[in-house]
Amino acid sequence: MTAFLIIIVAAFINNAVLVQCYGICPFLGVSKKMGNALGMGLAVTLVMAITCLVTFPIYNYVLIPLGIEYLEIIVFIFVIAALVQMLEKVIKKFMPPLYNAMGIYLPLITTNCAVLGVAETVMDTTAMETIFHLAEGSFHVGHAVLYGIFLGLGFTLAICLMAGLREKVDNLEMNKHLKGFTITMATASFMAMAFYVFALVQI
Amino acid sequence: MTGQKFKEIAKNGVLVNNPTFRLVLGTCPTLAISSSVFNSLGMGLAVTFILICSNAIISALRKVIPNEVRIPAFILIIATFVTVVRMFLYKYVPALYTSLGVFLPLIVVNCIILGRAESFASKNPVLDSAADGLFTGLGFTLAITLMGLIREVLGAGSILGYKLWDFSIDFFGNTAGAFLVYGLMIAGFNALYEKFENKRKRKNYIEEMQASSLAIQAKENEPASNADVKEA
Repeated sequence: MTAFLIIIVAAFINNAVLVQCYGICPFLGVSKKMGNALGMGLAVTLVMAITCLVTFPIYNYVLIPLGIEYLEIIVFIFVIAALVQMLEKVIKKFMPPLYNAMGIYLPLITTNCAVLGVAETVMDTTAMETIFHLAEGSFHVGHAVLYGIFLGLGFTLAICLMAGLREKVDNLEMNKHLKGFTITMATASFMAMAFYVFALVQI
Repeated sequence: MTGQKFKEIAKNGVLVNNPTFRLVLGTCPTLAISSSVFNSLGMGLAVTFILICSNAIISALRKVIPNEVRIPAFILIIATFVTVVRMFLYKYVPALYTSLGVFLPLIVVNCIILGRAESFASKNPVLDSAADGLFTGLGFTLAITLMGLIREVLGAGSILGYKLWDFSIDFFGNTAGAFLVYGLMIAGFNALYEKFENKRKRKNYIEEMQASSLAIQAKENEPASNADVKEA
């Protein structure tokens, strides 16, 4: 039941782009074509899952016992940068087709706020336990990784929806100031309105 | 630093290269935080402070940092100042600390700061870089506060928490409203900017034409005056 709740909350109720405004840059920059959008979304999902897997134990089992949790921002950003570099090397070596499909998006992910955002969200175990009605101390690394994966998939969903809509919207005739950025934002606004429905779900 | 250069940096930071409206950088905090004037102002001032400090330090160290590792070095410097600001807010302005939430640590990955470090501070002297940080930060603060003002007045019917009237449209307080307001504000800003730019161009063109016609007149007068001299 907890797993189901985490999936629904991460993918829909707290949708990364359309509810929490994480990762707007790739959402606007890489959503011109469906293929690219899917590649970016899956790359972000992968990095988010691994980030949660690594940063959650680092924060809860290393930084807190040592009493240096105020260093979390510096540690997290370096862990994410190093992970992305390593992941790029590994994928290039062992899965060349996958690297060709999403390799160019990997370096961009370091500065994607969605990844640092999810690391900062899941490390706060008390807040997560209140959201999911868990007993104190029972939010573990498996929950954190599940949250990361489905936040990433929610991001993928949003960016793919956006790509599908933009393929139509970008060809419309309109005022030159409204064309481009403004009409994309208006489209995103309508998508956010649709996702607002999920905020009304009681968990 | 001369007054001329100072003026140019100020104009570039606040108007010509306004990070929010012209360059469309740092969109995530702009959209997420701007639901009220208080949050926007707090975010803007925090970013301004971090920009001034990080620009000054990066500019001071620009000859020491090797080119290959400059990006991690910049990020380390920025992350340090973000941590400082976070501790300060936690101690002295807890209300702002809670309402900014996760977006406070996310200032590290705000493209405005890394962008200024990479494109300005790593090439210019300390004082210029600090001024650039100040004015880019002010440009960001003005833009995000303006957005906060619009969204708070329409979405909550108040300014800085003071109730104006009992009329409010929840839409503007939500993410959906943020997207729409931001898009329309960028369109409006660009339209105004283009209008001023065209006006300036036309003025320059007229001045140029006048100057050239004066030059032609002067040329026409020249042989005549020479002739006058000869006759005399």
